[in-house]
Amino acid sequence: MKFSKIVTVQFPLIKIRNLHFSHGQRAIFDGVDIDIPKGKVTAIMGPSGTGKTTLLKLIGGQLHPTSGSIEVDGQNVHRLSRKALYRLRMRMGMLFQSGALLTDLNVFDNVAYPIREHADLPETMIRRLVLMKLEAVGLRGARDLMPSELSGGMARRVALSRAIALDPMMVMYDEPFTGQDPISMGVLAQLIRRLNEAVRITSILVSHDVEETLGIADYVYVISQGKVVESGTPEQLHASESPAVKQFLSGMPDGPVGFHYQAPGLAEDLLSMQGGR
Amino acid sequence: MLDSLARFGRLGLSAMERLGRGHLLLLQILLGIGSLLRRLGLLVSQIHSIGVRTTTIIIVSGLFVGMVLGLQGYYVLSQFGAEESLGVMVAASLVRELGPVVTALLFAGRAGSALTAEIGLMKATEQLSGLEMMAVDPVQRILTPRFYAGFLSMPLLAAMFSAVGVIGGYFVSVGLLGVDDGAFWSQMQSKIDWGEDVINGVIKSFVFGFVCAWIALFQGYDAVPTSSGVSEATTRTVVHSSLAVLVLDFVLTALMFGE
Amino acid sequence: MKMRYLEITVGVFMAAGLVALFFLAMQVSNLASVSGEEGYQVTARFDNIGGLKVRSPVSMAGVRIGRVTGISYDQSSYEAVVTLSIEPQYNQIPDDSIAKIYTSGLLGEQYIGLDPGGSLENLKQGSEVTMTQSALVLEEIIGQFLFSKAEDNAISSDP
Repeated sequence: MKFSKIVTVQFPLIKIRNLHFSHGQRAIFDGVDIDIPKGKVTAIMGPSGTGKTTLLKLIGGQLHPTSGSIEVDGQNVHRLSRKALYRLRMRMGMLFQSGALLTDLNVFDNVAYPIREHADLPETMIRRLVLMKLEAVGLRGARDLMPSELSGGMARRVALSRAIALDPMMVMYDEPFTGQDPISMGVLAQLIRRLNEAVRITSILVSHDVEETLGIADYVYVISQGKVVESGTPEQLHASESPAVKQFLSGMPDGPVGFHYQAPGLAEDLLSMQGGR
Repeated sequence: MLDSLARFGRLGLSAMERLGRGHLLLLQILLGIGSLLRRLGLLVSQIHSIGVRTTTIIIVSGLFVGMVLGLQGYYVLSQFGAEESLGVMVAASLVRELGPVVTALLFAGRAGSALTAEIGLMKATEQLSGLEMMAVDPVQRILTPRFYAGFLSMPLLAAMFSAVGVIGGYFVSVGLLGVDDGAFWSQMQSKIDWGEDVINGVIKSFVFGFVCAWIALFQGYDAVPTSSGVSEATTRTVVHSSLAVLVLDFVLTALMFGE
Repeated sequence: MKMRYLEITVGVFMAAGLVALFFLAMQVSNLASVSGEEGYQVTARFDNIGGLKVRSPVSMAGVRIGRVTGISYDQSSYEAVVTLSIEPQYNQIPDDSIAKIYTSGLLGEQYIGLDPGGSLENLKQGSEVTMTQSALVLEEIIGQFLFSKAEDNAISSDP
């Protein structure tokens, strides 16, 4: 089977085993196994609505799986005490789709926030740290701006420098490229790659932007309809025979993922006499 | 028939569930006091945005309510030749009822709705999730300071409302209607009791502050994170707080003054 | 800098609230007179106190000199025992003064008026005002009036 490759991955930082999760009646994950190797960029791809963001929230312990386990650095996230979970989260960075900057603080204070929260450092030291983190994303000059004055791409870069403020062991990127112009997409992709190479941060990249993602990922999982349908290096993925992967990579409107949301037959629906709906 | 019964049952269950979530949240908020005491700066900035910014509306409303009480009271009392009791009437209505109640209603409209919208938007823009992923508890860091700020601000605002109202009543009755200055104050002092009237009013406003802040924060925290969800939550805050204040006022009045 | 501004406004806000509370305590309510009321206590017995209540004023010549601090009922004598607290500066009240229950105005509240007697001894802590006059109860007055009216009629129509 496909999963034979997983075994060859060395030192997985995150081990997801037989993950089931459902939102209300709808099953989002139906038996997912994923290994995220240490120090690599791993991409998790799939069409919208396959629960990629949910997966990150499960890894971060914000959501609880229906069954199955998630281990991060050898600790089962959902068995940890509150205190241990918070200690683990200090070693995780997460870049939210919207950036999630605190709107009442300026750029500098946003980046300084996690440092001030978790480390008792003198203000001069914090200043130096923050400016270094901002320099890494090229926004040292924007330190006095408020989040509302930033463009989408800049906000995401600020959020990135906040995510790495505590020098985490891993960073989760939630759709970093969505809604970005080609330039800032390129900048972000380069940043993610550079961070990974410079300090060997384990990166988990959730995205549906095929080109950018495959350009920087070391290893890719494709999720569709609650299951991992394909995994491998970008080259292996391009060579994949799976119809779901082919449809996703080339962007065909119909295939295993239907164009239509599930509905009764059109004729039947139109002729039905049931009320106004 | 069974369908509507089931719908009714579901309604009851979801209401109970909300109630349960509300109480759990309250517990978490209250327990956050320990970390709040280590960061009093957060409390200060919240008292500023919740209390200080509500002061203007409270003072202006208090002044006018007191003045209207003076006018209306005069027309009734002068028919019995009891204009001297105007001070008592104005002060008693303000200190016992109008001070705490009107302040709480204005507070719900001015500060409560703003709190709900702020928390709801923070939820919608993933700021709360973001804090959680930074290993910062959003309840302790965001909700707790706002809760205690509301709880502490309300009695101060209510006291200002009553004091300014009495002064407004004084201007109208002594300045405008010619009630005797000395009688106005002396009657007031002899009839208004510190323990029975003033302290009970302060207790009321503590209760209202507690409830209004709790409702506003819970509605924000529990809001559906969309623009319509936040707007609905804001409306609910004002409606629920106002109803809660009026009902609680009746209960408290019955307990305190109902011998 | 911004924090300093916040701290100052919040300080002003809290001070204003406390000043308002202080105003309510001192100017609006009776706290000022309650605190100064470490006066001496005297008791008085009445057959009927009418609508007298705890905290009703005690006055002499129309000037308030104290207030009622306790009302109880003595089961052996069937009388009401009223405790009066009189402010310490009024310490020249003859001990044979008469305590009467008056009504302020026709419908007003009831209060205790002390009419001075001629004794050289003054009232002091724990003494009792022996001469008292009960409250006028409206029903009794009307009853007496009707009774005497009926008697008059009976006498005039007798011969």
